[in-house]
Amino acid sequence: MDSSTEERRSTARVVSPVRPRKLAKVPFVEMAEGRLQGVVSSGSDIDRVYVSSVTVAPHGLSCSTNNNRPCGGLRDAYPCKHITALVAEADLQYGTEQVARFLRLDMTQVSMGTALTFLIKGHHQPTPAATVFSSFLHHLAYLELPQTTAPLPELHWFPATGAVR
Amino acid sequence: MLATNLTALTGADIPGVADADDLVAGLDTALAHGLGRVDDERAAALAAFAGAFAGSPLGDPLTEAVGKVVAGSVGDEHLAALAGGRAALLGAAHDALRGHLDAALGRTRQAWQPPAGASAAPGGLDNLLAGTRSWLRELVITGWRGVDHDIVSTAGQVISALLAVPAARRLAVLLDGLAAELRVASPVSTMPHVPLRRWGDLWSRATLLAHDAGWAATPDPVATVSGRLLVLGVDVHEHSTAVQAQVHGVLEVAGTEPRLVRASVGATKTDTIVGPAVWRLFGDAPVLKAALADRRVLELTDVPLLASGDLLWRDGQARAGEPADPFATARVLLAGAVAPAVPPLDRHPVALAEPVLLEGYRAEATEAGGLAFDLGGARVAVAVDRLPSCGPLTADLVAASSACLGLLRWDAGAWSLQPLAVQAIVKKKPVGAHNGDWAEGVTDAKAAKAYAAAGDSFSVLRERAGRLLRT
Repeated sequence: MDSSTEERRSTARVVSPVRPRKLAKVPFVEMAEGRLQGVVSSGSDIDRVYVSSVTVAPHGLSCSTNNNRPCGGLRDAYPCKHITALVAEADLQYGTEQVARFLRLDMTQVSMGTALTFLIKGHHQPTPAATVFSSFLHHLAYLELPQTTAPLPELHWFPATGAVR
Repeated sequence: MLATNLTALTGADIPGVADADDLVAGLDTALAHGLGRVDDERAAALAAFAGAFAGSPLGDPLTEAVGKVVAGSVGDEHLAALAGGRAALLGAAHDALRGHLDAALGRTRQAWQPPAGASAAPGGLDNLLAGTRSWLRELVITGWRGVDHDIVSTAGQVISALLAVPAARRLAVLLDGLAAELRVASPVSTMPHVPLRRWGDLWSRATLLAHDAGWAATPDPVATVSGRLLVLGVDVHEHSTAVQAQVHGVLEVAGTEPRLVRASVGATKTDTIVGPAVWRLFGDAPVLKAALADRRVLELTDVPLLASGDLLWRDGQARAGEPADPFATARVLLAGAVAPAVPPLDRHPVALAEPVLLEGYRAEATEAGGLAFDLGGARVAVAVDRLPSCGPLTADLVAASSACLGLLRWDAGAWSLQPLAVQAIVKKKPVGAHNGDWAEGVTDAKAAKAYAAAGDSFSVLRERAGRLLRT
């Protein structure tokens, strides 16, 4: 389709729908505020979650509980298991290329199939958990809003798509 | 619809539509560059836009608005005039297209009757609407090409606040969808092709909804109806944080002609709830979902109906009745069903979604890699990019089909058919597939296995929300 037709298309597609993935381990991941950040459920305590993030290069690594208790597994340059899980799930949700570009990873290495976590040359850089956690709560709040039965005519600009099978 | 209908639909140019399209494109280019700094070329496009309204009630306000824009002192009322002019042009294009479509199909449509009194505008929204207008003004002064993360993030607070107000849901989901796109595209200056028409559309609709609290409110019903709703199909709309299932059907009320109506259920969601999981979000509509999944008629009691042909769905006042095949409904009732009028604010080509039944076509691949149906020499593109991932329809199934229930759409200067259901012969057996088949869960064994592997995103997030939002 040539670009001039697309420029006059009311339903031109800008956002690709995210790919389905299991949410149990990493219920939330986003690329925002210069960080790949998200929430990782604790493997041992159902009420505890870890807030993990990687800044765009040079990769500052941060991992703590939502009460700012530092993650014992994060030492210096090596991602802890929570950060590793976060990056892996972002890879699934957004696709390797988008995540790699965002983190400014070595695209030659990425195209050779090196796992993203191995390309993160990190250093420990604690980030307050509160902003990421509130972003997660804001995200969850969408599921608490009442359903509607009045028509939403504006959603005709947003056709469902992506029968990816 | 027959080959003669399709020939009549696609065979003729509709006078005025291309002209309206060009005028809107001129304004859209100015919106991309930003109204904060209008060069001569853009000033000429704006003047041509305003000039098209000479002698109409919008003539003077638009001349003034364009003058203020060029002088660099634009206010909310001027932006409302620009948005109104844009909506009027596209509204006129919509009317011409719909008139042409009705004539080609031989469809009877009710005339629009202005409501006797204004519906009560929801109160307490003034500050939120002012905040919305302020963001929309900042966007358009900057221009799409100047949009970056900073300007997008300033909308966060007002969108959250609007979402919390049920009466503002239309505006909230529109702004949230626009902001998400701008966020993904930021910085827009690096985008190869800016979606000019689309963002112009979203900006101007939002500007109008934020102009008057009454315009975004749900109007008062014109009737309450009791009777049978025979489903034709489900149109699904979705962006990262909202989803709507809009059921098209034929309503039979004793003593009146059958008419085309819609019933809609909507919900907000997270971007990670996709595919068949979105049906879980409509927990308040179990009867509607069961009727879709089992293909049954819906028996309604005293359900409010709007002038637009939209039922205000009351799941507790509906009962799933006997089995009803949507293809049989279409063959028997669709040609004679009366179509509803379209409210003035909704008149935009994107709202064209006319249910039709096509049979006896030949599916052909197009040069551009898409799919088209050829019916006795007349050709219509099939919008396979609009097959929702929450249902069983696939491009292959549509290509192999022998009958298709769909919606006629218009976009970027061409008609297309959006499939809602198909009948096909698979391994010598006739099968039907409908968008609503998975409303109560995936029924196809192979697909069910694939989706089960992704786990139950809805339940996981509900559990997390229940546990963490209370603390």
